Amino acid sequence: MSSSDIHIHDHHAHSHDHDHDHEHHELPWIRQYIFSEDHKIIAKQYLISGILWAILGGLFSLIFRIQLGFPNADLSWMKPVLGEWIQNGKLDPEFYLAMVTMHGTIMVFFVLTAGLSGTFSNFLIPLQIGARDMASGFLNMLSFWFFFLSSVVMFASIFISTGPASGGWVIYPPLSALPQAMSGSGLGMTLWLSSMAIFIVSSLLGSLNYITTIINLRTKGMTFDRLPLTIWAFFITAIIGVLSFPVLFSAALLLVFDRSFGTSFFLSEIYIGGEALSNQGGSAILFQHLFWFLGHPEVYIVLLPALGITSEIVATNSRKPIFGYKAMIGSILAIAFLSFIVWAHHMFITGMNPFLGSIFMFLTLIIAVPSAVKAFNYIATLWKGNIIFTPAMLFSIGLVSFFISGGLTGIILGNSAIDIQLHDTYFVVAHFHIVMGSASFFGMLAGVYHWFPKMFGRMMDERLGYIHFWLTFIGVYVVFFPMHYIGIAGFPRRYYSWTGFDAFNSFADLNQLISIAAILVFIAQFIFIFNFFYSIFKGRISSLNPWRSNTLEWTTPLNPEHGNWPGDIPHVYRWPYDYSKPGHNEDFIPQNVPFSQTPHSNFPHEKDSNE
Amino acid sequence: MQHPLNTAEFPGYSRPEVINSKKMILWLFIVTIVMLFAAFTSAYIVRKADGEWLLFSLPSIFAYSTAVILLSSITMQWAYTLVKKGLIEKAKPLVAITFVLGLTFLYIQYIGWGELVDMNVFLGGDSSNPAGSFVYILSGVHAFHLVTGLIYILIVFSMLFSGKITKEKSLQFDLCTIYWHFLDLLWIYLFVFLLVNN
Repeated sequence: MSSSDIHIHDHHAHSHDHDHDHEHHELPWIRQYIFSEDHKIIAKQYLISGILWAILGGLFSLIFRIQLGFPNADLSWMKPVLGEWIQNGKLDPEFYLAMVTMHGTIMVFFVLTAGLSGTFSNFLIPLQIGARDMASGFLNMLSFWFFFLSSVVMFASIFISTGPASGGWVIYPPLSALPQAMSGSGLGMTLWLSSMAIFIVSSLLGSLNYITTIINLRTKGMTFDRLPLTIWAFFITAIIGVLSFPVLFSAALLLVFDRSFGTSFFLSEIYIGGEALSNQGGSAILFQHLFWFLGHPEVYIVLLPALGITSEIVATNSRKPIFGYKAMIGSILAIAFLSFIVWAHHMFITGMNPFLGSIFMFLTLIIAVPSAVKAFNYIATLWKGNIIFTPAMLFSIGLVSFFISGGLTGIILGNSAIDIQLHDTYFVVAHFHIVMGSASFFGMLAGVYHWFPKMFGRMMDERLGYIHFWLTFIGVYVVFFPMHYIGIAGFPRRYYSWTGFDAFNSFADLNQLISIAAILVFIAQFIFIFNFFYSIFKGRISSLNPWRSNTLEWTTPLNPEHGNWPGDIPHVYRWPYDYSKPGHNEDFIPQNVPFSQTPHSNFPHEKDSNE
Repeated sequence: MQHPLNTAEFPGYSRPEVINSKKMILWLFIVTIVMLFAAFTSAYIVRKADGEWLLFSLPSIFAYSTAVILLSSITMQWAYTLVKKGLIEKAKPLVAITFVLGLTFLYIQYIGWGELVDMNVFLGGDSSNPAGSFVYILSGVHAFHLVTGLIYILIVFSMLFSGKITKEKSLQFDLCTIYWHFLDLLWIYLFVFLLVNN
């Protein structure tokens, strides 16, 4: 379609804007691939940044895993890379803490928030609801470049001489507020806070766009009860982000003032080297309240998109309608609501009123109900399905497995009394790495395997996908399952070394096993990375709808241009889960097929409305 | 400017928007600011309940700044009704007055900070207390948002002159008015909040 046609179509309404609008068909290369406003390009930018961050975050975890597994080893061989952080063949303890902190920050925010939501919300929302692009392509572009800027700042902080932020990803004051506290609380912390402030802006810009697009730009017939569950998950995730990220921003801002302008919001009665600081009247607990008001919803910002992706993949590859579509939506809503009123379960041992602890414990345990609904529905969808084990399907089933095994330990940890023993031990590390980290990571991988043909018009290699899955799936359990035992024994997280405590020596070989498994899992990811980049250029050309799926993105051309559909946007007549519908000659009916074309499979109430 | 990809310019896109996308993005943006200040003020309440809290009365000059920003909302609304009637020429001076009132508000806030310092209520330093620091933070972060509002007014003001805002096509003016009223309401909330809690 030429732009002169467009000119004729609405000569009146937009006569002022036409100078701008004409250009979008012959954009220069830099506007097409770098400063692009096309949601598909922005999604790929997020994905590739996410992959690079994941490699770095994984690498950092190996550094501290090597320290934990082999505390007596000579690490001089790392000196060429780590330089001064290796002294006499030993890892610098402060650098160990920096690695722990950066691993957490990178994985939670840069990989599983930006990399996951950024990629799939951007890619799938317009394609699955039938829109040309996001509500504001410009803000969307801005969102990515803010993310890029925040990435640059965070990346730079790794290379400064005092080291990056080291107070844990939760950056509790006073440790993070006082530059005297540790070397990472100096410039590294300043950069961390700057980077996160920019990251929050980026995340909010993205969320505003996702919400507006889903409400406003659905194609004709795409009512909310016909939305794919992916879109429901992205929608609610964006709402959670809008409500919780500003709170983290407020906490970060107050911390900045405490650090740089001499206020005492979080600082009080602190002695350093026997000398009292002047700060009076602050409350360190206040920071924890503000942080976890974001921090807990953040868990679901990370997890819900992965659950949405899984719903879609499980239904498609079981060739069955998703079990309990409305229950799935209800459980997403319930989880989102509950996520805002459970934050204090991270703070049971801060000396809070035990009665208040009981309330938060009660609310926390209620989350088990909607979570169990989801787990049950996944299994019920798989039950007696004609399961096709694509790599995406395997990763989705892997997610369900982690969601259950990690969720069970959540019920244990949610008890305020047991938390006295388990707080800040490896039991917690095991719990959230399985239920949040690995589950979301598997959701992301499943999404990449599933939508790769739509992203690049080619197929990823399945055999490499299977190898990647089994190594990673088994590896994750070998890495994180033993941590439960170490945690129950009381071994605290974030400790540089346990050799000072005889009680923990019996876990030396278990720690070694974990470290070796972690290294192997990390190496296995390069199978995926090779597969990903190789297939972009050399993969088999995909068919238009390789998974025989119902959703709208598979009605676009193989490599859709900006605008997604060359002609009219398809209208939607049915929900996205008409798989194996009795009476129909195929085992799937795409959403854009009217009921009038499927007379043999229609239920009595299914008629096309006369819109 | 409408986004080229989501309007009638692409044939086949027939579904009207539920609410204008730009307006919705603005409202959602306002929600994020509300959450930011909800966090600040609830932190204030939580912190105050802990005790060790400096008691002082808010300088009365903040009542004047409140009056000024209230007035600026009225002039902005007046300008808005004129634009809606197509009386662009008459709206221009009102927008200018709104802008000047906004600047005046900021100046009075600045004087208010000076009076706080005279009362020995400091943002930071050895004798500061969160009770005082919060006043600076709340008014300061609000002032920052007000500056963005002033920039927006300037943009809209120049659009009035270049003819980009007309009776039929006044979206940017609508949005600017909404944002300005929000900033006004936000300050009134903060003012009342600080009055009640001091």
